[in-house]
Amino acid sequence: MKTIADLISEHKFFGELDQESLEFVAGCGSNVHFAPQERILTEGEAANTFYMIRSGSVALSFFVPGRGAVVIDTLGDGDAVGWSWLFPPYRWQFDAEAREDVAAIAFDGACLRTKCDSDARLGYLLTQRFARVILERLQSVRMRMLDVYGAGAPR
Amino acid sequence: MSTALAHPADTRVTDAMVPAPYRVTSRVQETADTVTFTLVPLAQPIAPPLSGQFNMLCAFGVGEVPISISAIETGDRLRHTVRAVGAISQALCASEIGAVIGVRGPFGTDWGVTSAMGRDVLVVAGGIGLAPLRPVVHELLHNRRQFRRVTLLVGARTPEEIPFRGEVASWEASARITVRTTVDTATPAWKGEVGVVPKLIERVAIDPEFTTVMICGPEIMLRFTAAEVLSRGIAAEQVRVSMERNMQCGIGRCGHCQFGPVLVCTHGPVFPWSRVGPLLTRREL
Repeated sequence: MKTIADLISEHKFFGELDQESLEFVAGCGSNVHFAPQERILTEGEAANTFYMIRSGSVALSFFVPGRGAVVIDTLGDGDAVGWSWLFPPYRWQFDAEAREDVAAIAFDGACLRTKCDSDARLGYLLTQRFARVILERLQSVRMRMLDVYGAGAPR
Repeated sequence: MSTALAHPADTRVTDAMVPAPYRVTSRVQETADTVTFTLVPLAQPIAPPLSGQFNMLCAFGVGEVPISISAIETGDRLRHTVRAVGAISQALCASEIGAVIGVRGPFGTDWGVTSAMGRDVLVVAGGIGLAPLRPVVHELLHNRRQFRRVTLLVGARTPEEIPFRGEVASWEASARITVRTTVDTATPAWKGEVGVVPKLIERVAIDPEFTTVMICGPEIMLRFTAAEVLSRGIAAEQVRVSMERNMQCGIGRCGHCQFGPVLVCTHGPVFPWSRVGPLLTRREL
C-alpha cells in the first residue's frame, strides 16, 4: 500500500521536492474522499486545510444573492484546492464542492504553517509551488477577461 | 498588346472569381447568432471540398466572406455554419430556406486527417472554431479504428454558445471518443467544466511522440493552446492550426490575407504550428 509520501511524490504539485521535504509534508497529510455534491470548503470559514486532488472534479463557486452558487472554476486530477490557509486571515474566499467522487490528500494547514515557520527553505519551496498555482489561475482569469469567443472570433 | 484574360491561367482566375449560385435547402439555428445552412447548386457545382477548406460565400448585393466547411456532404450539397459578426455574415445568417447564396471555392489547405492515421488525435476547438473541426470529428468517427486515442476539447463563452450542442453531447455519449467541454461562464444547470480550454489539456493523457493536434479558435486561444501542447512534448510539426485573415480573392492574387511570408488563403488556412507559430507573436504583422 502506498504511503502519503509515495502519493504526494507522484503528484505534480510536489514533483521535484526532495525526499526530506516530502516526508516532512507527508506528516501533515491524510487520504480523504468526497461524495458527489459534498461540500469541501465554505466561504468565510477558517482555512485550516488544503487539498491535492488525486481523482475527480471539484467546482469552486461564490454564492451570489439572487443567483445562487455561481461556479467560477472547476479543478481536476492533479490540481490544488485552496491557498487561503497560507495567508492571513486564513479564511476561505469561496466555496468548493465535489462534482463527482473525489479522492484527495488533505493537508493540515496549521501544521504546515508551523513547519514552514521553522524551516524557511521548505516554506520557500511550498510558497513557490502555490505561487505557480496562483499564476496559472490568474492567467486563466485573464484569458476569460479577454472574452476570446466574443465578436471577432473566427468564422 | 495581349489582354489580361488571354492566358489560360487567367481564365482559371476568372472562373474562380465567379460565384456559383446555391439554394438554401435547410437552415438550423445553432446558437443565438450562428446558423448552419445546407446548400444545393442551381447550376454547375463547385469541386468537392475537403475538411479544413473554406468557400467564399456571397450575400448578393452585400459582399463575400470566407466560411469553412462544417461538414462534408454527399453529392453536390454543401454544409456551412455562419456566425453573424458583421454586415455580410449577418446578411448570410438572415437567409431563409429558398434563398440563393453565391459560392466560390473550395480554397486552401485541409486538415490532412488521413496523415494522422495510426496516431492519437487531439482536437481542440474554441467557440465557432468547432465548425471547421466538425468534419474532422466526423472523419475520425467514420474511420475510428484507424486512429488511436481521439480526444475532443471544446471551449465556449457559455453553455448556450456551444455550437452543435446536441451533436457534441451525442459524441460524448457514444464514448467512441473522449469529449470534454468547458465554458467561461457557467449556468446553474451546467455540469461540464468551467475555465479556459487550454486548461483542459493538462488533464488529457498525451503520448507526445504519437499525437497529432488540430486546433481552431480565436488567435489568442491558438497561442495558449499550442503553448500547452508543446509543453507536453508534442512536436510543432504535429500541431495544426486553422488561421483566419481577411481572405478576399481566395486564390492568392489580391494579397489581402498576407500574413508575413504566407498567404492564408492558399498556404493555409490550415498550417503546421512550426510555420505560423513564430509569426503570431510578431506585432508588426
